[in-house]
Amino acid sequence: MPETPEHLVKSYDQELKRLRNMMTQMGGIVENQVALAADAIMQRDAASATRAVEEDPKVDALEREVETFVIRLLALRQPVAGDLRQIVASLKITGDLERIGDYAANVAKRAIVLAEFTLPYSLAGLGHMARLVQGQLKLIIDALGDNDTDKAMEVWRSDQVVDDIYNAIFRELITYMMEDPRNITPCTHLLFIAKNLERIGDHATNVAENLYYAVKGESLPDARPKGNMSAYAVVRPRE
Amino acid sequence: MSTTMSEQRAGHSASFGGVSARSAASINEPRIAIRTLDFFYGDNRALKAINLDLPDRQVTGMIGPSGCGKSTLLRVLNRMYDLYPGQRATGEVLLDGENIIAPSVDLNSLRARIGMVFQKPTPFPMTIYDNIAFGVKLHEKLSKAAMDERVEWSISRAALWDEVKDRLNSSAMGLSGGQQQRLCIARTIAVRPEVILFDEPTSALDPISTLKIEELIDELKHDFTIAIVTHNMQQAARCADQVAFFYLGEMVEVSPAVQMFTAPKERRTQEYITGRFG
Repeated sequence: MPETPEHLVKSYDQELKRLRNMMTQMGGIVENQVALAADAIMQRDAASATRAVEEDPKVDALEREVETFVIRLLALRQPVAGDLRQIVASLKITGDLERIGDYAANVAKRAIVLAEFTLPYSLAGLGHMARLVQGQLKLIIDALGDNDTDKAMEVWRSDQVVDDIYNAIFRELITYMMEDPRNITPCTHLLFIAKNLERIGDHATNVAENLYYAVKGESLPDARPKGNMSAYAVVRPRE
Repeated sequence: MSTTMSEQRAGHSASFGGVSARSAASINEPRIAIRTLDFFYGDNRALKAINLDLPDRQVTGMIGPSGCGKSTLLRVLNRMYDLYPGQRATGEVLLDGENIIAPSVDLNSLRARIGMVFQKPTPFPMTIYDNIAFGVKLHEKLSKAAMDERVEWSISRAALWDEVKDRLNSSAMGLSGGQQQRLCIARTIAVRPEVILFDEPTSALDPISTLKIEELIDELKHDFTIAIVTHNMQQAARCADQVAFFYLGEMVEVSPAVQMFTAPKERRTQEYITGRFG
């Protein structure tokens, strides 16, 4: 993006900068939450899980702070054009980040329950999915820091892979549950974990779309690459 | 220019939540079509190859920093510059297809077709009634009853009737600033023009009087084609269907108001309206 000249009113620039800082700060906390939640499952580490959950109030507080600040900016500055888009996008983006935080906390809570079970199968697929989602999240938070629409496009395009893995995990877990009813409890938790990770990817994509509009003034196409077909999946037991 | 208009209509649908800027504003056929208009104060070229349509029964807002040429353009539209030697316009300004900057045009009837409201209220030092009747008498011979009716009609259209109906024979100078401005609008519409030009009509008024004038403009656009020059960006956003941005005698951009204030096409527009100019 070409260098934007400063406002004639300096305090307005400072406010917009503060808004962006709050957003990236929130992004950093959420990114850490997701990392802790992923560790909690893969390392079966309850301490990480607890820390992920404990971060949640900070995220909620930041979201409220952004909300108040945005309302103040709208009332006092009556922003237009690029400023207006950035301010409204901040509100929407922090909403998405807050949801990502919630999903991470939910994953962490389930990790605590899962620790009580011996799992007769590998979590490699889930680990792979978690790494991809973390990559998406890192990329979009970097993009937020420097209004990078190329990175936003990359995140927007990459969601398909996460969806594909989710579909595979969905089928795999149902198969385990059919094999042995004792698998149902842990597999249901794993299913929700996978679903939450998939939703985190979706929210990262939302952030990408809003960032793109804020910077460019035009929307990404309506048809984004989507691959979550689990809503239509049927796995039948062998005869 | 027709290409510019179709570009406007085909404006991209940038927005949150899928509500397109395009669906929020459709632009009518032009009532006035300005074609490669140049204007000179002596040797100074104050307007440079302006192409702009004023859509029929819609409001065109004109914004830009002081000295950008927007008020000059209004002065061209009703040939006010004719009063001053050394000022001349070239190009075309087509009102219903007729070039109104041609020397052959009758200025009196032109100024009845294109009325103007100025920054400062300019009531004549006479009664409220006569302020309206004065202009009408220049163009039409009306009976007393018909004139009474015209006076009531125009003052009512200007949303002033209830406030002045009991004192039509008092001096207009006793009205408040906002009332005086609405009287001037009544005087302008009394001769039933096609187009009304507003040159910063609310810059001398308090916020409530300003809102009344804006409400009035919104009402008047059902019958009149309107151009409004304003320094108040929010006013342009509130009142106008399309907005033109002028800078250093050039028209940089014309877009539907929604697009102009959410995602302007031109970088210079963006910098001006967000307060980053200079």
